[in-house]
Amino acid sequence: MNNEGITHEEPLVVHDLGHEAHVHHHKETFITKYVFSQDHKMISKQFLVTGIIWAVIGGLFSVIFRLQLGYPDSTFPFLQDILGHWGQGGKIDPEFYYALVTMHGTILVFFVLTAGLSGTFSNFLIPLQVGARDMASPFLNMLSYWFFFLSSIIMFSSLFLQTGPASGGWTIYPPLSALGDASDGAKAGMDFWLASIAMFIISVLLGGLNYVSTILNMRTKGMSMTRLPLTIWAFFFTAVLGVLSFPVLLSAVVLLLFDRHLGTSFYLSDIFINGKILPNEGGSPILFQHLFWFLGHPEVYIIALPAMGITSEVISVNSRKPIFGYMAMVGSFFAIATLSFMVWAHHMFVTGMNPFLGSFFVLLTLLIAVPSAIKVFNWLTTLWKGSIHFTPGMLFAIGFVSLFISGGLTGIWLGNSSLDIHLHDTYFVIAHFHLVMGVASMFGMFAGIYHWFPKMYGRYMNNTLSYIHFWLTIIGAYCIFWPMHYEGLAGMPRRYYDFSNWESFKMFGGLNEFISIVAIIVFAAQLLFIGNFFYSIFKGRKVTTKNPWGANTLEWTTPIRPGHGNWIGEIPEVHRWPYDYGKEEGRDFILQTEPVGEAEQGH
Amino acid sequence: MIAFLIAGLIGVWYCNKLYYPKTLFPMGAASAEGQNIDTMLWITIIVTGVVFFATQILLFWFAFKYQESDKRKPLYFTHSNKLELIWTGIPAIVLTVLVVFGLKYWFKFTSDAPKGSQVVEITGHQFGWEIRYPGRDGVLGRKNYKLTDPAKGNSLGVDWADEASHDDIHVPTTMHVVVNKPVKLVINSQDVIHDVGLPHFRMKMDAVPGTPTTMWFTPIYTTKEMKEKTGNPDFTYEIACDQLCGKGHFSMRGVIVVETQQEFDAYMASQKPEYYKAFPELDPDKIAAHDSTSKTVAQNIKK
Repeated sequence: MNNEGITHEEPLVVHDLGHEAHVHHHKETFITKYVFSQDHKMISKQFLVTGIIWAVIGGLFSVIFRLQLGYPDSTFPFLQDILGHWGQGGKIDPEFYYALVTMHGTILVFFVLTAGLSGTFSNFLIPLQVGARDMASPFLNMLSYWFFFLSSIIMFSSLFLQTGPASGGWTIYPPLSALGDASDGAKAGMDFWLASIAMFIISVLLGGLNYVSTILNMRTKGMSMTRLPLTIWAFFFTAVLGVLSFPVLLSAVVLLLFDRHLGTSFYLSDIFINGKILPNEGGSPILFQHLFWFLGHPEVYIIALPAMGITSEVISVNSRKPIFGYMAMVGSFFAIATLSFMVWAHHMFVTGMNPFLGSFFVLLTLLIAVPSAIKVFNWLTTLWKGSIHFTPGMLFAIGFVSLFISGGLTGIWLGNSSLDIHLHDTYFVIAHFHLVMGVASMFGMFAGIYHWFPKMYGRYMNNTLSYIHFWLTIIGAYCIFWPMHYEGLAGMPRRYYDFSNWESFKMFGGLNEFISIVAIIVFAAQLLFIGNFFYSIFKGRKVTTKNPWGANTLEWTTPIRPGHGNWIGEIPEVHRWPYDYGKEEGRDFILQTEPVGEAEQGH
Repeated sequence: MIAFLIAGLIGVWYCNKLYYPKTLFPMGAASAEGQNIDTMLWITIIVTGVVFFATQILLFWFAFKYQESDKRKPLYFTHSNKLELIWTGIPAIVLTVLVVFGLKYWFKFTSDAPKGSQVVEITGHQFGWEIRYPGRDGVLGRKNYKLTDPAKGNSLGVDWADEASHDDIHVPTTMHVVVNKPVKLVINSQDVIHDVGLPHFRMKMDAVPGTPTTMWFTPIYTTKEMKEKTGNPDFTYEIACDQLCGKGHFSMRGVIVVETQQEFDAYMASQKPEYYKAFPELDPDKIAAHDSTSKTVAQNIKK
């Protein structure tokens, strides 16, 4: 896609030629348009729909294991019908319970909140908002999706193995994940998991490199880095994090494969299992945890940053006010991204690591609270004295801020190693990360979907359903995760199949039942959203204006249903930052493409 | 929006009323170190609580107050270095205080156990705990996992060549410790990673195969006292595995009995060293029953 103004004297001609070439280039068939598409908008929709399918599967798994947690003494005969020998007699087999937990985590973290979130919005918004006809390499972009697809297929097939999918938790700590003797899930299911994640890493790298190079090299004329919308800054840092940290996970995965099949001892030492003395000596399972969390922690921000970027944009547009502290927002993105590489061992305070080393991780971890606080205060100030339009996207953005505060503050508890000793691996942790990176990022994703749906499909989603979806989801999310803090404070461990034998934990039976009921309601509310989503693609109210939200960014200057190449004719030139809302008397917003007036003060 | 805020605040209060009594905090920690953790927890709760209520109330109040209206024009307010400085500075200072507190206790808990601590070894395996006491000499016998052989009464891989092992006592599941005396746990795992989780003592440490770890604490209430304190006649200190270790993870339960020194001594006296379980023919008691003269022989072999 030729969109660089090669000569500055006559960019008009060059762009026109570029467009001309573009029009003749594409004889779109069904295959090239919908399947092996190289159009970033179509690829983004592919990521989104695949992500939605995964979200349903992952969500359904959580409903099934919540049945067990809420009703440990009941049987559900239908489970035997759908799960076969894993639901014998209507009760979930413990091994399969752990497989469900593992798959729920893997699916939601990697397939939904990484591929589904970054894959969708980085792909969709980067070319549209920086003013490019497509990604730097549309072909690699297409490969990125198909590697993700391949990875999905492998993971999905593992659900049908006789010995079940991986069941060692989404963090797959060896030796549990390394030895088939340790659990059924560590047999073939684990190999599928590792192969799938290896493909996934390739997908993330291809995508990430593309995002970074597009943002750095393909901005339209006048689009300096400080005129980028915050969404783009967020996607930029997300991609950088992904490119730097996912290869480390790949190395961890490869070494684990060696340990599993080639008899090496990277992670194994002194093991006596199933009556067998294993020959492996000298390895350290803690090494794996270091490698895993070196990805695992940045991964949290790979999930959270795009949601923050989307939230910033949506809040500003719908408050009809500039985002407060643009440079502070960019700075805090940078700070979060940098610090996220230096805090990984706060997941490992109780592994017996050197306490002196641990103290640095305490310091750096709590330091991350500072840029996070800056962001929250800036969002609040953006709302202050605004004129707030409660679009569904806006509601979800406000919900994001609320959840991010609630979940973020408990990070201060967990990051402080002494408190972590008590709270580590309890329900407190579950409550913390589900609020701050799970549900909050889902809210960021919903905000993005509701906000950009008109651009994606040229139609609106149904508003009433959207409002019901929002209120059910936020109330439900708090009802599920808020009480879990109390369970965690009581020391109730994560990943337990049944608490009834424990004198210390069995008093929460009623609460567990309540949480399970709410979880089922919230899951149903998501089906409502999905129904709304697919219905609206085909039957939604049609968008009739180019810029339905009155936003400043470039994507709203394209035709209502942009073709491959995005703009007809020349790519618009940018003259100002994207947040001139309510700047001049009588004018609600000023598009980025409008030149700065003579009397006007540039930002 | 306001409705949600108010409902939310009521919900927070109600939830607290309902579940606070069920957490471990109303009755306090059962170890001296755990009391430090509780202190810190309260400081953290107050700090984060203030921020939580302030920001949530502002968020929903703004959302309510500044709804779209024709009467008001939104304020064009892009940045203020002063404000940014304030809300960078204040959190930084507050967090520094939390870090200082946290690290003070962290270094205390992770430092060496006090001299004169009781030493107990706990070993995790799928799915249970094994407890080993050093016996009269106060030294745990050497282990080598390659010697593990449950059929020959050596399920922990103790190296009998090390004489320190001969008086070591091995029992499954239940650990006895002395009240008000620091106890140091030496933690091992035989197969996958487990975790010794002691919610009442506010302590936790992974059991890592190949890398022994340690943890120490000082229990301050006996099990009997806790039964009275909690009003629960079934109360026991439980050891919960806190690291996913396979399909029996949720059932990997151990018990700690905290008792007085006399009770503990009586208990130890009633236990037989593992060495004599593995080699009953060398057991001085049994030999004495058979033939009093061979006792000396046995002792010679032992040496």
